[in-house]
Formats: sequence, structure tokens, C-alpha cells
Amino acid sequence: MTADGQLTVGLAQVDSALGDRDRNLARHRQWVAQAVDAGVKLLVFPELSLTGYFLRDLVVDSALRLDGPAMKDLLSLSGDLDVVLGAVIEEPDHRYFNASLYLSRGELVHVHRKVYLPTYGMFDEQRYLASGDRFRSFKTSFGRAGILVCEDIWHLSSAYILSLEGVDMIICPSASPGRGLSTDERLGTAESYNLVCRTYAQFLTTFFLYCNRVGYEDGANFWGGSMVIGPNGDILAQEEDADEALVVATLDLGDVRRERLANPLLRDERVELTINELRRALHERTRKPY
Amino acid sequence: MNCGGPYMSAHASLTEPVFPPLAINPDLVRKILVRFIQNEVQKVGFERVVLGLSGGVDSSLVATLASQALGPTNVLAVIMPYKTSDPKSRRDALQVVQQLGIDQLQVDITPQIDAYFERFPDADQKRRGNKMARERMTILYDQSLVLRALVIGTSNKTELLLGYGTIYGDMASALNPVGDLYKTQVWQLADALGVPTAIVQKAPSADLWSGQSDETELGFAYRMVDQLLYYLVDRRYSREELARLGFEPAFVDDIIRRVRDNQYKRRLPVIAKLSSRTVDQEFRYPRDWGH
Repeated sequence: MTADGQLTVGLAQVDSALGDRDRNLARHRQWVAQAVDAGVKLLVFPELSLTGYFLRDLVVDSALRLDGPAMKDLLSLSGDLDVVLGAVIEEPDHRYFNASLYLSRGELVHVHRKVYLPTYGMFDEQRYLASGDRFRSFKTSFGRAGILVCEDIWHLSSAYILSLEGVDMIICPSASPGRGLSTDERLGTAESYNLVCRTYAQFLTTFFLYCNRVGYEDGANFWGGSMVIGPNGDILAQEEDADEALVVATLDLGDVRRERLANPLLRDERVELTINELRRALHERTRKPY
Repeated sequence: MNCGGPYMSAHASLTEPVFPPLAINPDLVRKILVRFIQNEVQKVGFERVVLGLSGGVDSSLVATLASQALGPTNVLAVIMPYKTSDPKSRRDALQVVQQLGIDQLQVDITPQIDAYFERFPDADQKRRGNKMARERMTILYDQSLVLRALVIGTSNKTELLLGYGTIYGDMASALNPVGDLYKTQVWQLADALGVPTAIVQKAPSADLWSGQSDETELGFAYRMVDQLLYYLVDRRYSREELARLGFEPAFVDDIIRRVRDNQYKRRLPVIAKLSSRTVDQEFRYPRDWGH
């Protein structure tokens, strides 16, 4: 917790060069400098911000190792503020993960390996990537946080688990391609994400930071729309357009406590009942004779 | 060819209400497509595009989008009539050129087409039409090299799905901003972007000869087939569900067959697999590799 209970967060709604880590790292440095100037203490980059999204076979060439030399440059980004960025990481056993790294004061604080890898429609992540095996929160200077990468939030249980870990903040780096035309002013994807992110913030009474990228890859447009949402579901700041932008909001961290006093959903949550019922449902689902 | 089938109706691009699921917000689509052109052209180190401007709604729309994206002086419209093309098409194309302030080049393709078919005087309209489309393509790619400009395509989603185009002819391009818009959506966007109403409203035509009509040749109206394609392709309705919506089963089967039979036009040539890493099979890189 900061001394005054305030936290200025920034969402770096940026474009990435596909498969060009050096160029993207240089851009990260520029955005970090800009965020520092704006007084940002926590800066979030989109999913796979260091590499671009539709990598296909470039996954292998774009990957970095957490114990490798490239980490030094990444860690140096976090000298003056905490940074969340997206990278492909290669494990010593040569599995590749779509990962989001939380860096603070030159240290690696947390790694979230994306669990739900979309492999349908225009997505093909499981062809190239291994799936993470956990949802864990972690401590930051500003309270407890958890990271869910893009498709992770389309599974209710992921945010629910983080909520039970007592997070004050869910950070969602995303690379969501826009689609779904209608007469609306926004694409169908933008509408859905707004609904989902606000719902999580309100149901779980937590801050929700959604950082989506912009730009185009192979004809797909990333729609931006990055937003900071308060624990009552209100949007505190948003860049509705698909332009590169630094979205800045100052959070009053005490809002989480106040919201949970007014709306003690987390207190009343029946975790054991939920687990028992889930176990029963799973049992019944697997007991079918054929 | 099924001419004047049961799904013919008077061409009405603007006068009838739009089928609601295909109604678009033109401002949003414009913004996405203008940025698409800027992004996909500039990130590969180009500034300009070149396109074949026929005087029809698709190429007029693409010229408009390209002009907004890159500035009028970075768009070259090549007008390539054949001697039997409707003279009005050229006038419409020139009106678009003038309205947008883009550059233009006129190349009459009659000499080279006629020179070739002197040897094959019995060639039918289809052969001649394909040859013309490919002749135009070679001119565009030649200009592309001269001007360091990318060829920007104008095939819409209806044409791509039905295969109503010439492979390596009008279907050839480096980037295509309108390939995911049905014809009825092209009309909406073109109208909103100020493409002259006469162009939006005129009957769509490949213009191989004066008075030719896409809808007569296809045997159905775009308005009708776009509705069917929407349910079939976008919503993945089954034949039974389509019948329940009131689509004639014979029409549905005809369209399904067209879409299937023209799949080859939407793909690279099929490659005989020999190695363990074959182009487009295991060798999978994004087109925007490194950009």
C-alpha cells in the first residue's frame, strides 16, 4: 500500500512488431519513460507485447528464457515503476508458454503462464504453445494482484480462484482481435469485453485492469479499448479508440475495502459448498456409462 | 449458367431496407479499413497503392478508402477498358478520380486482347473475360513495380465465396480491404463514404460487354444470396435450418456447391508433400513476419 493509499496505474495500449523482440523492447523503453513522466507506478503492457500475437512458427524464434541473458534488459525496465509485459518464454524442457511477467525494482516478481489457449476460429495457440497449470496471486507494493491473460478471463473459474486468494486487483493483458459488425459504434468483441471485465470487477469487488493492444496482424485488427475498472464496476478510465495510448488512472486503493463493506459478496461466498458441488458435478459427469 | 432464375429481383442497392444482420456502422468500418490500409502498406515500407478502377462500386469504394488512408496522391487508379466495355464505366471511373483527386492512368487493353484472340477467334465470352481480367492484373503489377505501389484488391466477400472472379486476375492483389464485406455491405459503406449515388445504384457488372449484369449471370440477386451466405457461412446454419427460414433447398444446394467448387480460388496451389516441412503445411509463418 502506498503512503497516501493512491496508486497511479498506466495501460500501455500499444502496437507490436510481429516477431521483432528488439524493436518491441525499444518501444517498451519509450512507453516506460512516458509513464514515469506521467507519475505511473504500475504500467501494464498487452499480451505478448514483446513479440506480437499471431506468431505461428515465430513462437520459437521469439521466445526468451527466464534464466537467459535477455531477462536483464527486461528487468531494467522496472527501475522506477512496476511493469507487466507479455513474452513467449521457453522452459528448460523446451516447452513454450504465452506468459505475462510482473517486474518490480529490477526483480521478477511473478510469471503467469496463460492457461486457456484459444484454438478455434481464428486462433491456433495450442498448436504452438503449452498451457499453464495454475492461477496464483502475488504480493505487490500496492496490495495483492493476479494476472489473467486474455482468453483466461473467458473462464469464470479463473477470476473466481484469484478472488478467493484475496486479490485487490486483476490485471488482464490482452491481444483481442476485433470482429463482429453491426450498426453499433463498437465491434461485438469490444462490447463483450466491456461486459465481462465490468462484471468481474463488480462480482469480485476488485480493481480490474484490462490492457488490449492495437495495430494489425495479417489483416486482423486489435481494437484497443483498454480500461481501468473500479471495484464497483465503474470504468475509471478508458481509451475507446484503437489508437496507441497511455491510459492513466489514479486508484484509491481504499475503494476495495469500502466496496466490500457495502457489498460483502466475498465474505458471504460459500467456498466449501462450491467445492463440494463441483466435485459432485465432476463425479457425475465422469460416471456416465458411455 | 443459370440465367434469370427464381431469385432474380430488380436490382436495388439503396432503395430497399438492409437485411438487419448485414447492416453496418459505416463510420466504424471506415475507420478500421482506413487504418488497415495505412498499417499494411506502411509497415512493409510502401506509401502507395495501385488499383484497377472500373467505375463500379467495389473499386470506387476501395479508391475512396485508399485515398483517405494514404492521401490522394498516393493512389493510382488504372482505368483499363476493352472496346466493348460500356463507355459510361470509364466516365464513372473518371468521376471518382476527379472527386477524390487521385492519380489516374488509362490503358486500353483492346490491342493485346485482340492480338491474342486473333489466333482463337472461336473463344467464348468466358475465355475472353478471364483473359481481360488477367491482362489487367499484369498491368497493375507492372505499374506496381514502376511506382513502388502495392496492388490493392477489390473482391468482396460475396465474390470470394461464390468464386465470381478470375483467379490470378481480378482476385490477385497484395491487400484487400473489402474482402470481408458482402456486396450489400459494400453498397452501404460506399453510399456513406460519398461514392456517387449513380455508381452505387447501377446494376453490378463485370463490364465485359455493354449491358452485362452480374445478377443476371449469377441467376440471383446479391441481396438474396448475401442473406443466404450470412446464415450459411457466418452463422453456420444447416440445410434443414435454412429450409425452415424459407430458403429454397435447390437454391441452397446450388450456393453450397458454388462455395465448395471455388475453394481452390481462395487457396495457394496444392503442393505435393514430400519433406517434413512443407510450405503452408508445417512451414507456417504470418504474412506480416517481422513487421
